[in-house]
Amino acid sequence: MSLFTAATLAAGRLLPGAEEIPFDDKGYTTINPILPPWKELIPGSLASIIVFSLLYWKAGPIIKKSMKDRTARIQKELDDAAGAKTDAEAEASRIRQAQGDIESERARLYSEADVQAEAVLADGRVRLAAEIAELEARAEADIASAAGRGSDELRAEIAKHSGVAVDAIVRDTLDAAAQQELIENFIARVGASQGVAS
Amino acid sequence: MSGDAMIEGYARALFEVARAEGTLDEVEDELFRFARSYESSDSLRNALTDEHIPAEKRQAIVEDLLGGKTTTTTIQLVSMVVGSGRSRDIPAIVDSLVARASSAKQLDVAEVRTAVELTDDQRARLKAALENATGKSINLKTIVDPSVVGGVVATIGDTVIDDTVRTRIEQLKSRL
Repeated sequence: MSLFTAATLAAGRLLPGAEEIPFDDKGYTTINPILPPWKELIPGSLASIIVFSLLYWKAGPIIKKSMKDRTARIQKELDDAAGAKTDAEAEASRIRQAQGDIESERARLYSEADVQAEAVLADGRVRLAAEIAELEARAEADIASAAGRGSDELRAEIAKHSGVAVDAIVRDTLDAAAQQELIENFIARVGASQGVAS
Repeated sequence: MSGDAMIEGYARALFEVARAEGTLDEVEDELFRFARSYESSDSLRNALTDEHIPAEKRQAIVEDLLGGKTTTTTIQLVSMVVGSGRSRDIPAIVDSLVARASSAKQLDVAEVRTAVELTDDQRARLKAALENATGKSINLKTIVDPSVVGGVVATIGDTVIDDTVRTRIEQLKSRL
């Protein structure tokens, strides 16, 4: 039942003659299905006007305020969303920039690492070459020293044995005749010289 | 009295005694030979310098050693030095005596070392040869020194004429 019908029925019960509803002989009502009877239309309309006036008077401001608040809330949400979007775009921009910075930093670090690696490699090659040269020189010196030492030791050993051999041979060879010959040779040589000591 | 002055004192005393006896040349030569023997013989050196052996015993050793081989003057002079406890200084005293005797005769001492004994003829010819070579009058003192192996080395003052086999062997060893 609509609010209008209810209001009409309520008004019909309150107003005199409301029970006088015409019926035909077959028992069907003759009331217009579209338009109510005047007896119901006037009070019903008045009642509706009163009800709607009351509603407009009492609930209107509340509804208006509610709608205004809702509009304001929605506007605020829209503003917040716009602000959040702006912030998000700024953050995104910052992140993109940071990402760009990271990329450039990474590229710079890679470049520096490459340069340092090249320098370390070159330095290592130079040092390695120097160490190899030093080791070779030392090895050659050691070999030469060992060869010289061996040669010196051999020479000393030969000299020692040769000295002993010469000593023994000479002593065995020097008989009395040889001794006398040496003495005679000395006398002859000294006698032939002059001015040995002045 | 310092050591050098004491040696000079003994040398002068020996020199004066030998000269007074009229056997200077002979005594000088005998003392020189004895000094060289003393230097080369460890046992003789030990016997004459051993403080535990009484001086009389040491003098007896000298007399036994030189008796019949040298003049009495030489034996007495050596016994006197040994008896006074100066055995260690015998070579220095004798060298000083020889230098003093040579100086008195205006001679330079030539110390000649050989491996074998020289004959009198060789001594005379060697003396003449050295005098010819140095232009000096020589007081020749010969020493038999087996360490020279062969040949002759003569020392006149600071001059050394070395023609010994020992030196040649040393040179050869050095070159080797």
